[in-house]
Amino acid sequence: MTHDLLFSITGVVLIGIGLFGSVASTHIIKKLIAINIMGLGIFMIFLSTARHGMITDPIPHAVVLTGIVVAIAGTSLCLWLALKIHLLGEDTTEEVNANDV
Amino acid sequence: MMSDLLTPLLLPLMVATPLIAALVSILVGSKRLRVGISLLFAILQVLIALGLVLFLSTYQSAIRYELGGWGAPLGIDLTVDGLSALMLMLSSVLVLVLSLYSSQYFSHQDSVRFWPLWWLLIAGLNAVFLAADAFNIFVALEIMGLSAVALVSLGGSRAALMSALRYALVGLLGSLLYLLGVALLYRAYGTLDLLMLSTVADHNPLTWVSLSLISLGLLLKTALLPLHFWLPAAHSSAPAPVSAVLSALVVKASFYLLMRFWFDVLSPATNEIGMTALGVLGAVAIIWGCVAALRAQRLKLLIAYSTVAQIGYLFLLFPLATASGSSMINAGTIAAVVYFILAHALAKAAMFLAAGDIQSYYGHDNINKLKGLVLTLPMAVATFAIAGVSLIGLPPSGGFIAKWLLLESAISSGKWWWAVIMLMGGLLAALYIGKVLSIAFNQDIDRPTVHRPAQNRSAFYGFTLAILAVFCGFNTEWVLNLLEVQFERPLMTSGGVQ
Repeated sequence: MTHDLLFSITGVVLIGIGLFGSVASTHIIKKLIAINIMGLGIFMIFLSTARHGMITDPIPHAVVLTGIVVAIAGTSLCLWLALKIHLLGEDTTEEVNANDV
Repeated sequence: MMSDLLTPLLLPLMVATPLIAALVSILVGSKRLRVGISLLFAILQVLIALGLVLFLSTYQSAIRYELGGWGAPLGIDLTVDGLSALMLMLSSVLVLVLSLYSSQYFSHQDSVRFWPLWWLLIAGLNAVFLAADAFNIFVALEIMGLSAVALVSLGGSRAALMSALRYALVGLLGSLLYLLGVALLYRAYGTLDLLMLSTVADHNPLTWVSLSLISLGLLLKTALLPLHFWLPAAHSSAPAPVSAVLSALVVKASFYLLMRFWFDVLSPATNEIGMTALGVLGAVAIIWGCVAALRAQRLKLLIAYSTVAQIGYLFLLFPLATASGSSMINAGTIAAVVYFILAHALAKAAMFLAAGDIQSYYGHDNINKLKGLVLTLPMAVATFAIAGVSLIGLPPSGGFIAKWLLLESAISSGKWWWAVIMLMGGLLAALYIGKVLSIAFNQDIDRPTVHRPAQNRSAFYGFTLAILAVFCGFNTEWVLNLLEVQFERPLMTSGGVQ
């Protein structure tokens, strides 16, 4: 029981850090890291639902494993885009304005 | 019966065909073969969707299929009802026309990257419409979202890459918020199956919080004001067929999920305040999107802002679906919004294709430099005008029927003030479409350098879509009939192994 609680609290804290970072920071890579931290928090919350007494529920594990794969795909796509932008010149701070694109 | 046994197989086929097409288009070397195979698969998809629509409208029952016979909760289930069959039909028809357009739009270099991503996007889209559990929706959303991002980046310019990256980050954030909501649902009810959730979901704080998180994530993806900030850049800097599919289908997929969660799966947890809030945001989006479209300097940006406004109309569903003080869902409002989705998807895709023709002909899409457009690209102007008729909501277009149905439910539910917003939105839409047309018809210039009408077959595809957008106003019966299979529980269950 206490383990589940610890998992949940850690998860919530991680989500808080990640959400704050993804909104507050302007650097793309920092945003990406923050989103990943948030993802970890969500996975922990999911995992904390897995134990029912002596039995372990396999579904949260399956879900989290799939979630990790998705997160890796998303992160690598973002990194590839950031790299392309970096190679095209200038830095990766956010500066796109809808009106001048 | 033979047909009864085989029909459920159409569901996995609907997801499998685009996946196979994606794989094959990676493996095939020549452009001609790749295009040919893609067109073949696009036709196949239309036939499958047609089969589903015919089955549903004949037997009036929804279908559920268990992949590999595993069944919920461990297996992956697919379901189709009237609403999702209609969305599949819409997406497969649009995909066919857009594939035809793309077969000429992309050079060999780009087509190598375009087709596999295109088909992955379609696979994700179809999977969203067919998914029977909340987690598979997440996976489908991600397949759709990530391939959409990669498609936006095909533009190659720094601006396109930046907007793709921002689109990716917003998409990831939206998906994670959605996933958090799903995690809380699992914690509360121990199931991810939408059907099971809809029977056990209750009115309690935890359900309410998870509905809020799921909605917030999906609103980010649907780009409802004020969460629309990523849309104009992403939709306007993508290649034309990609812009078309993003505005026509991808934002609608997340809206479709919002409809599912609010009116079906988690309906006990919804409340009047939330419904009204979504409606108010929608109303602001209508006005703000139209004004921003009027001020836009670039044609594709104008069309993208018009999408922001049109998304606003969809959200009028939430306050109008229930009459004051009653919890009965008004089927007329749902039909109106579904009609809106259909009409807008066709009209908006047509507009983006016309804009794509203009851009590839002139090398830019600066509205003020498009004087005399009607001389050089008459088909593009005609497409834009006809699609505009539907967007404004003039009779006899599909957009008119949609607005009419929506007005009707605003009046009948005693919430007439929403009707004022709708009429204002129509007026403003007429202004921004009129602005473009008046410049296009303005021949008061030294003749454009090239003034022979462009010889391109691609203009025909946008025109077809625009005509379809008007035509769907003529035949409302079958849409409304099909929707009657909408929010019923699936009756027929069938699996590979019983």
